[in-house]
Amino acid sequence: MSVSQLNHRSGALWLAAMVHRLSGLALAIFLPLHFLALGLAIDGEARLESFLRWSDRPLVKFAEGGLVFLLTVHLLGGLRVLVIENLDWHDGQKQLAMLAAAVSAVVAFIFLARVF
Amino acid sequence: MNVRLYVWQRATAALMLPLVLVHIAVIFYATQRGFSAAEILSRTRGSIAWACFYGLFVAAAAIHAAIGVRNVLSEWSPLKDRSAGLFAILFGLALLGFGARAVTAVVLG
Repeated sequence: MSVSQLNHRSGALWLAAMVHRLSGLALAIFLPLHFLALGLAIDGEARLESFLRWSDRPLVKFAEGGLVFLLTVHLLGGLRVLVIENLDWHDGQKQLAMLAAAVSAVVAFIFLARVF
Repeated sequence: MNVRLYVWQRATAALMLPLVLVHIAVIFYATQRGFSAAEILSRTRGSIAWACFYGLFVAAAAIHAAIGVRNVLSEWSPLKDRSAGLFAILFGLALLGFGARAVTAVVLG
Protein backbone atom coordinates (compact mmCIF):
# COMPACT_ATOMS: atom_id res chain seq x y z
CA MET A 1 0.00 0.00 0.00
CA SER A 2 1.40 3.37 -1.01
CA VAL A 3 1.87 6.36 1.28
CA SER A 4 -0.81 8.29 -0.61
CA GLN A 5 -3.26 5.43 -0.07
CA LEU A 6 -2.43 5.39 3.64
CA ASN A 7 -2.93 9.17 3.82
CA HIS A 8 -6.23 8.82 2.00
CA ARG A 9 -7.42 6.15 4.42
CA SER A 10 -6.51 8.17 7.50
CA GLY A 11 -8.33 11.31 6.31
CA ALA A 12 -11.24 12.68 8.32
CA LEU A 13 -13.64 12.38 5.38
CA TRP A 14 -12.63 8.75 4.70
CA LEU A 15 -13.32 8.10 8.39
CA ALA A 16 -16.69 9.89 8.08
CA ALA A 17 -17.62 7.69 5.10
CA MET A 18 -16.56 4.58 7.05
CA VAL A 19 -18.56 5.62 10.13
CA HIS A 20 -21.57 6.24 7.88
CA ARG A 21 -21.27 2.83 6.27
CA LEU A 22 -20.65 0.90 9.51
CA SER A 23 -23.43 2.71 11.39
CA GLY A 24 -25.80 1.89 8.52
CA LEU A 25 -24.74 -1.75 8.59
CA ALA A 26 -25.23 -1.96 12.36
CA LEU A 27 -28.68 -0.36 12.08
CA ALA A 28 -29.61 -2.78 9.28
CA ILE A 29 -28.65 -5.70 11.55
CA PHE A 30 -30.58 -4.21 14.49
CA LEU A 31 -33.75 -3.37 12.53
CA PRO A 32 -35.19 -6.92 12.22
CA LEU A 33 -34.65 -7.46 15.95
CA HIS A 34 -36.37 -4.14 16.71
CA PHE A 35 -39.36 -5.13 14.54
CA LEU A 36 -39.54 -8.58 16.13
CA ALA A 37 -39.54 -7.03 19.63
CA LEU A 38 -42.35 -4.61 18.75
CA GLY A 39 -44.22 -7.46 17.07
CA LEU A 40 -44.49 -9.16 20.46
CA ALA A 41 -47.50 -6.91 21.09
CA ILE A 42 -49.45 -8.81 18.45
CA ASP A 43 -50.00 -11.59 21.02
CA GLY A 44 -51.16 -9.14 23.68
CA GLU A 45 -49.48 -6.47 25.78
CA ALA A 46 -48.13 -8.93 28.39
CA ARG A 47 -45.34 -10.18 26.12
CA LEU A 48 -44.30 -6.64 25.18
CA GLU A 49 -44.43 -5.63 28.84
CA SER A 50 -42.16 -8.54 29.77
CA PHE A 51 -39.68 -7.45 27.08
CA LEU A 52 -39.79 -3.81 28.23
CA ARG A 53 -39.01 -4.84 31.82
CA TRP A 54 -36.09 -6.94 30.55
CA SER A 55 -34.85 -3.85 28.70
CA ASP A 56 -34.69 -1.91 31.98
CA ARG A 57 -31.30 -3.53 32.70
CA PRO A 58 -28.38 -1.08 32.74
CA LEU A 59 -26.49 -2.99 30.04
CA VAL A 60 -29.50 -2.81 27.72
CA LYS A 61 -29.83 0.94 28.46
CA PHE A 62 -26.18 1.42 27.45
CA ALA A 63 -26.82 -0.55 24.27
CA GLU A 64 -29.84 1.68 23.55
CA GLY A 65 -27.59 4.71 24.03
CA GLY A 66 -25.24 3.19 21.45
CA LEU A 67 -28.15 2.74 19.05
CA VAL A 68 -29.23 6.36 19.53
CA PHE A 69 -25.65 7.37 18.68
CA LEU A 70 -25.63 5.15 15.57
CA LEU A 71 -28.99 6.46 14.39
CA THR A 72 -28.01 10.10 14.91
CA VAL A 73 -24.56 9.75 13.34
CA HIS A 74 -26.05 7.93 10.33
CA LEU A 75 -28.74 10.61 10.00
CA LEU A 76 -26.24 13.49 10.13
CA GLY A 77 -23.74 11.67 7.89
CA GLY A 78 -26.52 11.05 5.36
CA LEU A 79 -27.59 14.69 5.55
CA ARG A 80 -24.00 15.71 4.77
CA VAL A 81 -23.93 13.38 1.74
CA LEU A 82 -27.24 14.77 0.45
CA VAL A 83 -25.98 18.33 0.89
CA ILE A 84 -22.72 17.64 -0.97
CA GLU A 85 -24.54 15.90 -3.82
CA ASN A 86 -27.41 18.33 -4.26
CA LEU A 87 -26.21 21.75 -3.16
CA ASP A 88 -23.24 23.83 -4.10
CA TRP A 89 -21.80 23.56 -0.62
CA HIS A 90 -18.42 21.86 -0.38
CA ASP A 91 -16.59 24.00 2.16
CA GLY A 92 -15.78 22.84 5.67
CA GLN A 93 -16.74 19.19 5.10
CA LYS A 94 -14.20 17.91 7.63
CA GLN A 95 -15.55 20.27 10.25
CA LEU A 96 -19.13 19.23 9.41
CA ALA A 97 -18.20 15.56 9.76
CA MET A 98 -16.57 16.23 13.14
CA LEU A 99 -19.62 18.25 14.20
CA ALA A 100 -21.91 15.36 13.20
CA ALA A 101 -19.92 12.94 15.38
CA ALA A 102 -19.87 15.40 18.30
CA VAL A 103 -23.61 16.13 18.10
CA SER A 104 -24.35 12.38 17.93
CA ALA A 105 -22.24 11.74 21.02
CA VAL A 106 -24.01 14.56 22.89
CA VAL A 107 -27.46 13.24 21.88
CA ALA A 108 -26.52 9.73 23.05
CA PHE A 109 -25.13 11.13 26.31
CA ILE A 110 -28.33 13.12 26.95
CA PHE A 111 -30.32 9.95 26.25
CA LEU A 112 -28.29 8.00 28.81
CA ALA A 113 -28.53 10.81 31.36
CA ARG A 114 -32.32 10.80 31.01
CA VAL A 115 -32.82 7.02 31.27
CA PHE A 116 -30.53 6.46 34.26
CA MET B 1 -24.71 0.77 -7.85
CA ASN B 2 -26.80 1.60 -10.88
CA VAL B 3 -28.63 4.91 -11.32
CA ARG B 4 -32.04 3.49 -10.39
CA LEU B 5 -30.78 2.12 -7.06
CA TYR B 6 -28.82 5.33 -6.42
CA VAL B 7 -31.96 7.45 -6.89
CA TRP B 8 -34.03 5.14 -4.67
CA GLN B 9 -31.43 5.21 -1.92
CA ARG B 10 -31.12 9.01 -1.96
CA ALA B 11 -34.90 9.51 -2.23
CA THR B 12 -35.59 7.23 0.74
CA ALA B 13 -32.78 8.97 2.67
CA ALA B 14 -34.36 12.39 2.05
CA LEU B 15 -37.78 11.04 2.98
CA MET B 16 -36.47 9.54 6.22
CA LEU B 17 -34.71 12.70 7.46
CA PRO B 18 -37.84 14.15 9.12
CA LEU B 19 -39.11 10.67 10.05
CA VAL B 20 -35.90 9.86 11.95
CA LEU B 21 -35.98 13.20 13.75
CA VAL B 22 -39.55 12.52 14.93
CA HIS B 23 -38.58 8.94 15.85
CA ILE B 24 -35.67 10.18 17.98
CA ALA B 25 -38.04 12.60 19.73
CA VAL B 26 -40.45 9.69 20.36
CA ILE B 27 -37.58 7.57 21.75
CA PHE B 28 -36.61 10.34 24.19
CA TYR B 29 -40.23 10.96 25.21
CA ALA B 30 -41.11 7.28 25.73
CA THR B 31 -37.91 6.16 27.46
CA GLN B 32 -37.72 9.03 29.92
CA ARG B 33 -41.26 8.40 31.10
CA GLY B 34 -40.59 4.66 31.37
CA PHE B 35 -43.93 3.77 29.84
CA SER B 36 -45.41 0.32 30.39
CA ALA B 37 -46.60 -1.66 27.36
CA ALA B 38 -50.20 -0.75 28.24
CA GLU B 39 -49.35 2.96 28.33
CA ILE B 40 -47.56 2.78 24.97
CA LEU B 41 -50.29 0.80 23.26
CA SER B 42 -53.05 3.04 24.63
CA ARG B 43 -51.36 5.93 22.80
CA THR B 44 -50.73 4.13 19.52
CA ARG B 45 -53.62 1.73 18.96
CA GLY B 46 -56.29 3.00 16.63
CA SER B 47 -54.17 5.94 15.53
CA ILE B 48 -54.25 6.38 11.76
CA ALA B 49 -51.54 9.03 12.04
CA TRP B 50 -49.07 6.65 13.73
CA ALA B 51 -50.03 3.85 11.30
CA CYS B 52 -49.26 6.13 8.32
CA PHE B 53 -46.09 7.53 9.91
CA TYR B 54 -44.54 4.17 10.84
CA GLY B 55 -45.92 2.39 7.77
CA LEU B 56 -44.10 4.90 5.57
CA PHE B 57 -41.02 4.70 7.79
CA VAL B 58 -40.87 0.90 7.55
CA ALA B 59 -41.23 0.95 3.74
CA ALA B 60 -38.54 3.63 3.31
CA ALA B 61 -36.17 1.95 5.81
CA ALA B 62 -36.59 -1.47 4.15
CA ILE B 63 -35.72 -0.08 0.70
CA HIS B 64 -32.87 2.10 1.99
CA ALA B 65 -31.33 -0.67 4.12
CA ALA B 66 -31.64 -3.29 1.38
CA ILE B 67 -29.78 -1.09 -1.12
CA GLY B 68 -27.13 -0.26 1.49
CA VAL B 69 -26.61 -3.94 2.34
CA ARG B 70 -26.33 -4.71 -1.38
CA ASN B 71 -23.61 -2.08 -1.76
CA VAL B 72 -21.66 -3.40 1.25
CA LEU B 73 -21.90 -6.99 0.02
CA SER B 74 -20.86 -6.01 -3.52
CA GLU B 75 -17.81 -4.11 -2.29
CA TRP B 76 -16.71 -6.00 0.82
CA SER B 77 -17.75 -9.62 0.29
CA PRO B 78 -16.74 -12.18 -2.32
CA LEU B 79 -20.39 -12.33 -3.50
CA LYS B 80 -21.01 -11.42 -7.10
CA ASP B 81 -23.37 -8.55 -7.92
CA ARG B 82 -26.23 -10.89 -8.78
CA SER B 83 -25.98 -12.82 -5.50
CA ALA B 84 -25.61 -9.60 -3.50
CA GLY B 85 -28.71 -8.25 -5.23
CA LEU B 86 -30.67 -11.41 -4.48
CA PHE B 87 -29.65 -11.34 -0.81
CA ALA B 88 -30.59 -7.66 -0.61
CA ILE B 89 -34.04 -8.30 -2.08
CA LEU B 90 -34.69 -11.08 0.44
CA PHE B 91 -33.39 -8.88 3.26
CA GLY B 92 -35.61 -5.98 2.17
CA LEU B 93 -38.66 -8.24 1.94
CA ALA B 94 -37.93 -9.64 5.42
CA LEU B 95 -37.68 -6.11 6.78
CA LEU B 96 -40.95 -5.19 5.11
CA GLY B 97 -42.65 -8.27 6.57
CA PHE B 98 -41.28 -7.87 10.11
CA GLY B 99 -41.91 -4.11 9.98
CA ALA B 100 -45.50 -4.48 8.79
CA ARG B 101 -46.08 -7.01 11.58
CA ALA B 102 -44.60 -4.59 14.15
CA VAL B 103 -46.76 -1.68 12.94
CA THR B 104 -49.82 -3.93 12.98
CA ALA B 105 -49.03 -5.09 16.51
CA VAL B 106 -48.47 -1.60 17.90
CA VAL B 107 -51.06 0.41 15.99
CA LEU B 108 -53.82 -2.01 15.06
CA GLY B 109 -53.44 -4.74 17.68
